[in-house]
Amino acid sequence: MVDMLSVVMTVNGRRRTLEVAVNRTLLDVLREDLELTGTKECCDAGECGACTVLVNGLALDSCLMLAVEADGAEVSTVEGLAKDGKLSPLQQAFLDKGAVQCGFCTPGQLMAAQALLAANPHPTLDEVHEGLSGNLCRCACYLQITEAVLAVAEGAHE
Amino acid sequence: MQPFSYERPATLAAAVALLAAHGPDARVLAGGTDLMLGLRSGSEKPSVVVDIKHIADLSPGIREEAGAVAIGATTVMSDLAGNALIRRYFRALAEAAAIVGSVQIRNRATLAGNICNASPAADTAPPLLVYGAVVVAAGPRGTRHIPISEFFVESGVTTLGRGELVTGIELPLPSRRTGAVHLRRTRRRGHDLASVTLCCSVDEGGVAKLAYGSVGPRPVLFIDDTGTLADPAAAHEAKARVLEGMFAGASPSKRSMRASPEYRLAMLRVLGWRALQTAIDRLAEERTHG
Repeated sequence: MVDMLSVVMTVNGRRRTLEVAVNRTLLDVLREDLELTGTKECCDAGECGACTVLVNGLALDSCLMLAVEADGAEVSTVEGLAKDGKLSPLQQAFLDKGAVQCGFCTPGQLMAAQALLAANPHPTLDEVHEGLSGNLCRCACYLQITEAVLAVAEGAHE
Repeated sequence: MQPFSYERPATLAAAVALLAAHGPDARVLAGGTDLMLGLRSGSEKPSVVVDIKHIADLSPGIREEAGAVAIGATTVMSDLAGNALIRRYFRALAEAAAIVGSVQIRNRATLAGNICNASPAADTAPPLLVYGAVVVAAGPRGTRHIPISEFFVESGVTTLGRGELVTGIELPLPSRRTGAVHLRRTRRRGHDLASVTLCCSVDEGGVAKLAYGSVGPRPVLFIDDTGTLADPAAAHEAKARVLEGMFAGASPSKRSMRASPEYRLAMLRVLGWRALQTAIDRLAEERTHG
Protein backbone atom coordinates (compact mmCIF):
# COMPACT_ATOMS: atom_id res chain seq x y z
CA MET A 1 0.00 0.00 0.00
CA VAL A 2 1.50 3.27 -1.12
CA ASP A 3 0.54 6.60 0.39
CA MET A 4 -1.41 8.95 -1.87
CA LEU A 5 -1.39 12.73 -1.76
CA SER A 6 -3.49 15.37 -3.43
CA VAL A 7 -1.35 17.65 -5.57
CA VAL A 8 -2.24 20.87 -7.37
CA MET A 9 0.03 22.04 -10.16
CA THR A 10 -0.28 24.35 -13.11
CA VAL A 11 0.83 22.50 -16.23
CA ASN A 12 1.26 24.58 -19.41
CA GLY A 13 -1.01 27.22 -17.90
CA ARG A 14 -3.76 24.81 -16.91
CA ARG A 15 -4.47 24.09 -13.25
CA ARG A 16 -4.53 20.35 -12.51
CA THR A 17 -5.57 18.60 -9.32
CA LEU A 18 -4.29 15.04 -9.03
CA GLU A 19 -4.18 12.20 -6.55
CA VAL A 20 -0.69 10.76 -6.83
CA ALA A 21 1.23 7.98 -5.14
CA VAL A 22 4.10 9.57 -3.20
CA ASN A 23 6.71 7.33 -4.85
CA ARG A 24 5.93 8.41 -8.41
CA THR A 25 8.06 10.89 -10.29
CA LEU A 26 6.88 14.06 -11.94
CA LEU A 27 7.88 12.41 -15.24
CA ASP A 28 5.56 9.43 -14.61
CA VAL A 29 2.62 11.65 -13.68
CA LEU A 30 3.09 13.95 -16.69
CA ARG A 31 3.25 11.02 -19.10
CA GLU A 32 0.77 8.58 -17.58
CA ASP A 33 -1.80 10.67 -15.71
CA LEU A 34 -1.80 13.81 -17.85
CA GLU A 35 -0.91 11.97 -21.08
CA LEU A 36 1.73 14.56 -21.89
CA THR A 37 4.02 12.08 -23.58
CA GLY A 38 6.17 14.70 -25.29
CA THR A 39 8.44 14.56 -22.24
CA LYS A 40 10.56 11.44 -22.74
CA GLU A 41 11.76 8.77 -20.37
CA CYS A 42 15.21 7.47 -21.12
CA CYS A 43 18.05 7.06 -18.59
CA ASP A 44 15.98 7.64 -15.44
CA ALA A 45 19.16 8.82 -13.75
CA GLY A 46 19.48 12.52 -14.52
CA GLU A 47 22.11 11.99 -17.18
CA CYS A 48 20.44 12.27 -20.58
CA GLY A 49 18.06 15.22 -20.18
CA ALA A 50 15.28 13.66 -22.31
CA CYS A 51 12.82 14.30 -19.45
CA THR A 52 13.73 18.01 -19.08
CA VAL A 53 10.78 20.22 -18.11
CA LEU A 54 10.59 23.67 -16.54
CA VAL A 55 9.40 23.90 -12.95
CA ASN A 56 8.80 27.49 -11.88
CA GLY A 57 10.85 28.50 -14.90
CA LEU A 58 13.90 26.36 -14.10
CA ALA A 59 15.01 23.44 -16.26
CA LEU A 60 15.24 20.17 -14.38
CA ASP A 61 15.13 16.44 -14.95
CA SER A 62 11.57 15.33 -14.19
CA CYS A 63 12.82 11.77 -13.56
CA LEU A 64 14.64 13.04 -10.47
CA MET A 65 11.68 14.82 -8.91
CA LEU A 66 8.76 13.27 -7.08
CA ALA A 67 5.38 14.45 -8.35
CA VAL A 68 4.47 15.49 -4.79
CA GLU A 69 7.42 17.89 -4.83
CA ALA A 70 5.76 19.78 -7.68
CA ASP A 71 2.75 20.56 -5.50
CA GLY A 72 1.90 24.23 -6.06
CA ALA A 73 4.42 24.61 -8.89
CA GLU A 74 4.15 25.89 -12.46
CA VAL A 75 5.27 23.16 -14.84
CA SER A 76 6.02 23.72 -18.53
CA THR A 77 6.46 20.85 -20.96
CA VAL A 78 7.19 20.73 -24.67
CA GLU A 79 3.43 20.58 -25.36
CA GLY A 80 3.19 24.16 -24.07
CA LEU A 81 5.64 25.67 -26.55
CA ALA A 82 3.42 25.96 -29.63
CA LYS A 83 0.67 28.57 -29.37
CA ASP A 84 -2.52 28.53 -31.45
CA GLY A 85 -1.15 25.88 -33.76
CA LYS A 86 2.02 27.86 -34.46
CA LEU A 87 5.41 26.48 -33.53
CA SER A 88 7.56 28.48 -31.12
CA PRO A 89 10.64 30.22 -32.59
CA LEU A 90 12.86 27.49 -31.11
CA GLN A 91 10.75 24.68 -32.53
CA GLN A 92 10.76 26.33 -35.94
CA ALA A 93 14.52 26.87 -35.78
CA PHE A 94 15.08 23.19 -34.91
CA LEU A 95 13.18 22.26 -38.07
CA ASP A 96 14.87 24.89 -40.22
CA LYS A 97 18.38 23.85 -39.13
CA GLY A 98 17.76 20.11 -39.34
CA ALA A 99 18.36 19.72 -35.61
CA VAL A 100 15.91 16.83 -35.38
CA GLN A 101 16.84 13.36 -36.57
CA CYS A 102 15.16 10.60 -34.57
CA GLY A 103 13.55 13.29 -32.42
CA PHE A 104 13.66 11.47 -29.10
CA CYS A 105 15.89 13.99 -27.33
CA THR A 106 14.24 16.99 -29.02
CA PRO A 107 11.63 17.83 -26.35
CA GLY A 108 14.33 17.88 -23.68
CA GLN A 109 16.68 19.90 -25.89
CA LEU A 110 13.91 22.41 -26.59
CA MET A 111 13.03 22.86 -22.93
CA ALA A 112 16.70 23.25 -21.91
CA ALA A 113 17.16 25.79 -24.72
CA GLN A 114 13.96 27.58 -23.69
CA ALA A 115 15.31 27.99 -20.14
CA LEU A 116 18.71 29.08 -21.42
CA LEU A 117 17.30 31.81 -23.68
CA ALA A 118 14.86 33.01 -21.02
CA ALA A 119 17.78 33.58 -18.63
CA ASN A 120 20.27 34.68 -21.27
CA PRO A 121 18.68 35.90 -24.54
CA HIS A 122 22.06 36.36 -26.28
CA PRO A 123 24.26 33.44 -25.26
CA THR A 124 27.74 32.85 -26.64
CA LEU A 125 28.55 29.52 -28.29
CA ASP A 126 30.16 28.35 -25.04
CA GLU A 127 27.09 29.34 -23.08
CA VAL A 128 24.87 27.35 -25.46
CA HIS A 129 27.15 24.33 -25.05
CA GLU A 130 27.03 24.69 -21.28
CA GLY A 131 23.28 25.29 -21.21
CA LEU A 132 22.64 22.12 -23.21
CA SER A 133 25.40 19.97 -21.68
CA GLY A 134 22.77 18.02 -19.74
CA ASN A 135 21.04 16.86 -22.92
CA LEU A 136 22.42 13.94 -24.88
CA CYS A 137 21.63 13.32 -28.57
CA ARG A 138 22.39 9.83 -29.83
CA CYS A 139 22.04 11.03 -33.44
CA ALA A 140 24.74 13.60 -32.65
CA CYS A 141 22.83 16.58 -34.02
CA TYR A 142 24.77 18.82 -31.64
CA LEU A 143 26.02 21.15 -34.36
CA GLN A 144 22.53 21.71 -35.77
CA ILE A 145 20.97 22.04 -32.31
CA THR A 146 23.52 24.68 -31.40
CA GLU A 147 22.88 26.51 -34.68
CA ALA A 148 19.15 26.49 -34.03
CA VAL A 149 19.53 27.98 -30.56
CA LEU A 150 21.94 30.63 -31.81
CA ALA A 151 19.59 31.46 -34.70
CA VAL A 152 16.78 32.20 -32.24
CA ALA A 153 19.17 34.23 -30.10
CA GLU A 154 20.15 36.25 -33.19
CA GLY A 155 16.49 36.77 -34.01
CA ALA A 156 15.97 38.22 -30.57
CA HIS A 157 18.13 41.17 -31.64
CA GLU A 158 15.50 42.28 -34.13
CA MET B 1 9.82 2.78 -7.56
CA GLN B 2 9.80 1.04 -4.18
CA PRO B 3 7.15 2.19 -1.71
CA PHE B 4 7.97 4.62 1.11
CA SER B 5 6.00 7.13 3.09
CA TYR B 6 6.55 10.81 2.40
CA GLU B 7 6.61 13.54 5.04
CA ARG B 8 7.00 17.26 4.53
CA PRO B 9 7.33 18.79 7.99
CA ALA B 10 6.75 22.54 8.31
CA THR B 11 9.13 23.04 11.22
CA LEU B 12 12.69 22.08 12.04
CA ALA B 13 11.53 20.50 15.31
CA ALA B 14 9.12 18.24 13.45
CA ALA B 15 11.85 17.19 10.99
CA VAL B 16 14.27 16.38 13.82
CA ALA B 17 11.56 14.38 15.61
CA LEU B 18 10.88 12.35 12.45
CA LEU B 19 14.56 11.67 11.83
CA ALA B 20 15.15 10.75 15.47
CA ALA B 21 12.14 8.41 15.52
CA HIS B 22 13.06 6.58 12.30
CA GLY B 23 16.86 6.68 12.53
CA PRO B 24 18.48 4.96 9.55
CA ASP B 25 15.04 4.15 8.09
CA ALA B 26 14.52 7.83 7.31
CA ARG B 27 16.20 9.72 4.51
CA VAL B 28 16.27 13.48 4.02
CA LEU B 29 15.05 14.77 0.64
CA ALA B 30 16.43 18.15 -0.43
CA GLY B 31 17.26 18.30 -4.16
CA GLY B 32 16.95 14.54 -4.57
CA THR B 33 19.59 14.26 -7.29
CA ASP B 34 21.40 11.56 -5.33
CA LEU B 35 18.53 10.14 -3.26
CA MET B 36 16.25 9.48 -6.24
CA LEU B 37 18.92 7.30 -7.86
CA GLY B 38 19.19 5.23 -4.69
CA LEU B 39 15.43 4.92 -4.32
CA ARG B 40 15.11 3.71 -7.89
CA SER B 41 18.00 1.24 -7.78
CA GLY B 42 17.06 -0.04 -4.34
CA SER B 43 20.43 0.85 -2.81
CA GLU B 44 18.42 3.12 -0.49
CA LYS B 45 15.45 1.52 1.27
CA PRO B 46 14.01 4.11 3.63
CA SER B 47 10.59 3.60 5.19
CA VAL B 48 10.12 7.36 5.24
CA VAL B 49 11.41 10.18 3.03
CA VAL B 50 11.51 13.55 4.81
CA ASP B 51 11.21 16.49 2.39
CA ILE B 52 12.79 19.49 4.10
CA LYS B 53 11.84 22.10 1.48
CA HIS B 54 8.77 23.31 3.37
CA ILE B 55 10.69 24.33 6.50
CA ALA B 56 11.09 28.10 6.70
CA ASP B 57 14.33 27.84 8.75
CA LEU B 58 15.95 25.85 5.95
CA SER B 59 14.89 28.07 3.06
CA PRO B 60 17.40 28.80 0.32
CA GLY B 61 19.47 31.91 0.78
CA ILE B 62 22.98 33.32 1.03
CA ARG B 63 23.45 36.03 3.65
CA GLU B 64 26.38 37.89 5.16
CA GLU B 65 26.12 37.94 8.94
CA ALA B 66 28.60 38.38 11.79
CA GLY B 67 31.81 37.96 9.79
CA ALA B 68 30.57 34.99 7.83
CA VAL B 69 28.45 34.09 4.86
CA ALA B 70 25.58 31.77 5.83
CA ILE B 71 24.15 29.43 3.20
CA GLY B 72 20.68 27.96 3.81
CA ALA B 73 20.33 24.18 3.71
CA THR B 74 18.21 24.07 0.57
CA THR B 75 20.34 26.52 -1.45
CA VAL B 76 21.06 24.97 -4.85
CA MET B 77 24.24 24.97 -6.93
CA SER B 78 22.87 27.44 -9.51
CA ASP B 79 22.24 29.97 -6.75
CA LEU B 80 25.74 29.52 -5.33
CA ALA B 81 27.43 29.76 -8.72
CA GLY B 82 25.66 33.01 -9.56
CA ASN B 83 25.76 34.69 -6.14
CA ALA B 84 27.77 37.92 -5.88
CA LEU B 85 28.98 37.30 -2.30
CA ILE B 86 30.18 33.79 -3.10
CA ARG B 87 31.88 34.92 -6.31
CA ARG B 88 33.62 37.77 -4.53
CA TYR B 89 34.87 36.04 -1.38
CA PHE B 90 34.71 32.33 -2.22
CA ARG B 91 35.48 32.20 -5.92
CA ALA B 92 36.65 28.58 -5.89
CA LEU B 93 33.34 27.47 -4.36
CA ALA B 94 31.42 29.34 -7.07
CA GLU B 95 33.60 27.59 -9.66
CA ALA B 96 32.93 24.18 -8.12
CA ALA B 97 29.18 24.77 -7.89
CA ALA B 98 29.15 25.87 -11.53
CA ILE B 99 30.50 22.54 -12.81
CA VAL B 100 28.45 20.10 -10.75
CA GLY B 101 26.42 17.96 -13.18
CA SER B 102 24.39 19.87 -15.74
CA VAL B 103 22.07 22.90 -15.57
CA GLN B 104 19.18 20.55 -14.74
CA ILE B 105 21.14 19.04 -11.85
CA ARG B 106 22.45 22.38 -10.57
CA ASN B 107 18.91 23.75 -10.40
CA ARG B 108 18.03 20.98 -7.93
CA ALA B 109 21.19 19.79 -6.17
CA THR B 110 21.84 21.51 -2.85
CA LEU B 111 25.17 22.33 -1.23
CA ALA B 112 24.00 20.64 1.98
CA GLY B 113 23.00 17.54 0.03
CA ASN B 114 26.35 17.44 -1.73
CA ILE B 115 28.21 17.22 1.58
CA CYS B 116 25.65 14.95 3.33
CA ASN B 117 25.88 12.45 0.48
CA ALA B 118 29.60 12.47 1.35
CA SER B 119 30.78 11.28 -2.03
CA PRO B 120 34.59 11.35 -2.14
CA ALA B 121 34.12 13.05 -5.52
CA ALA B 122 31.87 15.87 -4.24
CA ASP B 123 33.08 18.95 -6.09
CA THR B 124 32.12 21.43 -3.39
CA ALA B 125 34.04 19.56 -0.67
CA PRO B 126 37.57 20.77 -1.55
CA PRO B 127 36.64 24.48 -1.60
CA LEU B 128 34.61 24.11 1.61
CA LEU B 129 37.68 22.52 3.25
CA VAL B 130 39.98 25.26 1.98
CA TYR B 131 37.64 28.05 3.12
CA GLY B 132 37.19 26.51 6.58
CA ALA B 133 33.43 26.01 6.29
CA VAL B 134 31.38 25.18 9.37
CA VAL B 135 28.40 22.84 9.07
CA VAL B 136 25.47 23.81 11.26
CA ALA B 137 23.39 20.80 12.31
CA ALA B 138 20.21 20.59 14.37
CA GLY B 139 19.32 17.49 16.31
CA PRO B 140 17.47 16.17 19.35
CA ARG B 141 20.08 17.72 21.63
CA GLY B 142 20.18 21.13 20.00
CA THR B 143 22.45 22.78 17.48
CA ARG B 144 26.05 21.79 16.71
CA HIS B 145 28.70 23.58 14.68
CA ILE B 146 30.91 21.03 12.96
CA PRO B 147 34.11 22.07 11.15
CA ILE B 148 33.90 20.64 7.63
CA SER B 149 37.28 18.94 8.24
CA GLU B 150 35.51 16.80 10.87
CA PHE B 151 32.40 16.09 8.80
CA PHE B 152 33.35 13.47 6.20
CA VAL B 153 33.99 9.85 7.24
CA GLU B 154 33.73 7.83 4.04
CA SER B 155 31.46 7.56 1.01
CA GLY B 156 27.90 8.11 2.20
CA VAL B 157 28.92 8.49 5.85
CA THR B 158 29.27 11.73 7.84
CA THR B 159 29.67 12.51 11.53
CA LEU B 160 26.00 13.53 11.78
CA GLY B 161 24.25 11.59 14.55
CA ARG B 162 20.80 10.04 14.71
CA GLY B 163 18.11 12.65 14.23
CA GLU B 164 20.55 15.33 13.07
CA LEU B 165 20.22 17.29 9.86
CA VAL B 166 22.22 20.10 8.30
CA THR B 167 20.46 23.46 8.62
CA GLY B 168 23.11 25.55 6.92
CA ILE B 169 26.74 26.05 6.06
CA GLU B 170 28.79 29.00 7.27
CA LEU B 171 31.86 30.35 5.54
CA PRO B 172 34.02 32.71 7.62
CA LEU B 173 34.90 35.81 5.60
CA PRO B 174 38.60 35.68 4.77
CA SER B 175 40.65 37.86 7.11
CA ARG B 176 43.44 38.20 4.54
CA ARG B 177 43.47 38.69 0.81
CA THR B 178 43.31 35.26 -0.79
CA GLY B 179 43.71 33.74 -4.23
CA ALA B 180 41.95 30.42 -4.77
CA VAL B 181 40.82 28.15 -7.56
CA HIS B 182 38.88 24.92 -8.05
CA LEU B 183 39.95 22.48 -10.77
CA ARG B 184 38.80 19.04 -11.68
CA ARG B 185 39.34 16.27 -14.18
CA THR B 186 36.34 14.50 -15.64
CA ARG B 187 35.61 12.37 -18.67
CA ARG B 188 32.60 14.29 -19.90
CA ARG B 189 31.38 17.71 -18.85
CA GLY B 190 27.73 17.84 -17.83
CA HIS B 191 27.37 14.27 -16.63
CA ASP B 192 30.35 12.49 -15.20
CA LEU B 193 31.72 12.73 -11.69
CA ALA B 194 35.24 13.93 -11.07
CA SER B 195 38.28 11.69 -11.48
CA VAL B 196 40.12 14.31 -9.43
CA THR B 197 38.51 17.37 -7.81
CA LEU B 198 40.76 19.87 -6.15
CA CYS B 199 41.01 23.34 -4.60
CA CYS B 200 44.09 25.41 -3.79
CA SER B 201 44.39 28.75 -2.02
CA VAL B 202 47.21 31.06 -1.01
CA ASP B 203 46.80 34.15 1.16
CA GLU B 204 48.94 37.21 1.75
CA GLY B 205 49.98 35.83 5.13
CA GLY B 206 51.88 33.07 3.29
CA VAL B 207 49.46 30.25 4.10
CA ALA B 208 48.70 27.82 1.29
CA LYS B 209 45.96 25.20 1.42
CA LEU B 210 45.30 22.25 -0.83
CA ALA B 211 42.20 20.06 -0.62
CA TYR B 212 41.33 17.25 -2.95
CA GLY B 213 38.80 14.50 -3.47
CA SER B 214 37.99 11.49 -5.64
CA VAL B 215 41.39 9.99 -4.84
CA GLY B 216 40.53 8.31 -1.54
CA PRO B 217 37.65 7.45 0.80
CA ARG B 218 37.01 11.09 1.68
CA PRO B 219 38.10 14.58 0.62
CA VAL B 220 41.13 15.80 2.56
CA LEU B 221 42.82 19.12 3.40
CA PHE B 222 46.52 19.98 3.71
CA ILE B 223 47.93 23.29 4.98
CA ASP B 224 51.40 24.73 4.40
CA ASP B 225 52.11 27.62 6.76
CA THR B 226 55.86 27.71 6.11
CA GLY B 227 55.32 30.18 3.28
CA THR B 228 57.04 27.93 0.73
CA LEU B 229 54.07 27.22 -1.53
CA ALA B 230 52.68 30.74 -1.34
CA ASP B 231 56.02 32.31 -2.26
CA PRO B 232 56.09 32.99 -6.01
CA ALA B 233 59.91 33.11 -5.83
CA ALA B 234 60.45 29.84 -3.94
CA ALA B 235 62.51 27.20 -5.75
CA HIS B 236 60.62 24.54 -7.69
CA GLU B 237 62.36 21.81 -5.68
CA ALA B 238 61.29 23.34 -2.38
CA LYS B 239 57.68 23.59 -3.53
CA ALA B 240 57.82 20.05 -4.89
CA ARG B 241 58.87 18.68 -1.49
CA VAL B 242 55.84 20.29 0.18
CA LEU B 243 53.40 19.36 -2.58
CA GLU B 244 54.60 15.75 -2.74
CA GLY B 245 53.93 15.48 0.99
CA MET B 246 50.40 16.66 0.31
CA PHE B 247 49.87 14.34 -2.67
CA ALA B 248 50.98 11.41 -0.50
CA GLY B 249 47.61 11.59 1.24
CA ALA B 250 45.89 10.19 -1.86
CA SER B 251 44.85 6.53 -1.99
CA PRO B 252 42.63 6.08 -5.05
CA SER B 253 40.48 2.97 -5.32
CA LYS B 254 41.65 0.18 -7.62
CA ARG B 255 38.05 -0.83 -8.28
CA SER B 256 36.70 2.41 -9.71
CA MET B 257 35.48 2.27 -13.30
CA ARG B 258 36.08 5.98 -13.72
CA ALA B 259 39.86 6.08 -13.78
CA SER B 260 42.82 3.95 -12.76
CA PRO B 261 44.77 4.83 -9.60
CA GLU B 262 47.83 5.64 -11.75
CA TYR B 263 45.86 8.09 -13.86
CA ARG B 264 44.29 9.77 -10.84
CA LEU B 265 47.65 10.20 -9.10
CA ALA B 266 49.19 11.62 -12.28
CA MET B 267 46.30 14.05 -12.73
CA LEU B 268 46.38 15.01 -9.05
CA ARG B 269 49.95 16.23 -9.58
CA VAL B 270 49.12 18.08 -12.79
CA LEU B 271 46.07 19.79 -11.32
CA GLY B 272 47.80 20.45 -7.98
CA TRP B 273 50.68 22.34 -9.60
CA ARG B 274 48.34 24.15 -11.98
CA ALA B 275 46.00 25.18 -9.15
CA LEU B 276 48.86 26.45 -7.01
CA GLN B 277 50.11 28.67 -9.83
CA THR B 278 46.59 29.97 -10.53
CA ALA B 279 46.02 30.69 -6.83
CA ILE B 280 49.30 32.65 -6.70
CA ASP B 281 48.33 34.58 -9.85
CA ARG B 282 44.90 35.37 -8.46
CA LEU B 283 46.35 36.64 -5.19
CA ALA B 284 48.63 38.92 -7.21
CA GLU B 285 45.54 40.20 -9.11
CA GLU B 286 43.78 40.81 -5.80
CA ARG B 287 46.74 42.87 -4.62
CA THR B 288 46.70 44.92 -7.82
CA HIS B 289 42.98 45.51 -8.06
CA GLY B 290 41.66 44.72 -4.59
